[in-house]
Amino acid sequence: MPGNRSVRIYQIGIFIVAMLAWEGLVRARLLDVFFFSKPSSIGQRVMEWVLQGEIYWHLSITLTETLLAFVIGTLLGIGVGLWLALAPTALKVLEPYIKAFNAIPRVVLAPIFTLWFGLGMMSKVALGVTLVFFLAFFNTYQGVREVNPVVLANARMLGASRMNLLRHVYLPSTAGWIISSLRAAIGFAMIGAVVGEYIGAAAGLGYLIAQAEGVFDTTGVFAGMTILVFFVLILDSAVSLIERRVLVWRPQASA
Amino acid sequence: MMTTDKVAVRLQEITVRFASYTALENVSLQVAEGEFVAIVGPTGCGKSTLLSVVAGLLEPSAGQVQLFGQPMNGLDLAAGYIFQQDALLPWKTALDNVAIGLVFRGTPTSEAREQAQVWLQKVGLKGFERYYPHQLSGGMKKRVGLAQILILNPRILLMDEPFSALDLQTRDLMENELLRLWQEDRKSVLFVTHDIEEAIALADRVVVMSAGPATRPIGEFAIPLSRPRDVAEIRLTESFLDLHRQIWNILREEVRASHAR
Repeated sequence: MPGNRSVRIYQIGIFIVAMLAWEGLVRARLLDVFFFSKPSSIGQRVMEWVLQGEIYWHLSITLTETLLAFVIGTLLGIGVGLWLALAPTALKVLEPYIKAFNAIPRVVLAPIFTLWFGLGMMSKVALGVTLVFFLAFFNTYQGVREVNPVVLANARMLGASRMNLLRHVYLPSTAGWIISSLRAAIGFAMIGAVVGEYIGAAAGLGYLIAQAEGVFDTTGVFAGMTILVFFVLILDSAVSLIERRVLVWRPQASA
Repeated sequence: MMTTDKVAVRLQEITVRFASYTALENVSLQVAEGEFVAIVGPTGCGKSTLLSVVAGLLEPSAGQVQLFGQPMNGLDLAAGYIFQQDALLPWKTALDNVAIGLVFRGTPTSEAREQAQVWLQKVGLKGFERYYPHQLSGGMKKRVGLAQILILNPRILLMDEPFSALDLQTRDLMENELLRLWQEDRKSVLFVTHDIEEAIALADRVVVMSAGPATRPIGEFAIPLSRPRDVAEIRLTESFLDLHRQIWNILREEVRASHAR
């Protein structure tokens, strides 16, 4: 198995080859620059935005929406997940509703939320929350269901109250599931924010991309996407950091 | 040898049914205070079910459970239950695992940790305070499990094949360790096993159970071997082998019956 270093070299290699191929195909006129733009122009556009500073405003809007949707959706999902996993009757009653709501394609909600909550951040956060909530909910629920029954019986025999069980058994046992959902949740929250902005907004990266598309500025579209990807990667590594701190007790998968 | 001392556990005509399956039928059993009773029976005969009933984890379909003269009511927190499988909280260190029972029962965490430190030392795990369960060997985990229970000073220990997953040497070691700790204050012990040798080596009295379904006691043997015992050496004595033969004579048919099923 190759070491970390050679993995990194391969990763960078793939990136360089892909970019060179793209640039080359466009320059050789095999791809139309109008439809595909090219890496050099996209890089240049990103640099312009970063240097001019206008992008930071849009970025801060999108990031705020993402983080709000992420935090609210996750907390709601964990709370409801714990509740329904530990209250079987409530679960039985609510199950069809949960399935029904989860079946709604969230994108169709975006215009409705814009109507309800206006063009500001609220409508985007609401959209993100509907995406993140179910993810956190299903993972938390599954985590509680998979608590080791022997560990649970042991804790009860040791004298744990319901609150003790929640804090010392259910939550830590579910932490792995919750954290793996956080990863996807960050992406979902970002999707909620950007799609919301795309449908109707006055600021944000989604708005910027929509504007660029409106004037067939493919370079602008790709530049917006590049910045988005960059920040999702940063948020993702933040989640990794949390994961390592919370799950210290876990056996490390041998690398 | 039924002692006339005070009774720790009294089971009267306990029956446990799961749907159409009868696990235990009319089981009556007593454990005196300070007595070490081992229950042997073929695998899957409902020995663990019996233990769950005594712990209050499972309510019998019929019959009465009395602990120290009181009728059973919910979980029995005077009992310490040692499970067959790993029951430690995997997200807590060895120290916190030992301390957790005290914390559940209202002791401040720092004080519980101090006591846990002492108990880890008692079971020979000084220096392993900060280890997580997955970093400990099977025998070490069992030691932590013992300390986790004993720190609560239970009046009776319920042990469900606690050492069956260990290799033979570790097992001898743990059995001696258990006897050493037990000797200190002689709690009542109800020890379930499928291993006759283990039962004889540890107990004051061995109760033999029939094969399931509808398991019930079919024989009882006093074990007059002197204490303190060394489980590895005691196995070689004539009186041990004699007891082994007697118990096996009764158990043989049951083991066959359980395999024939």
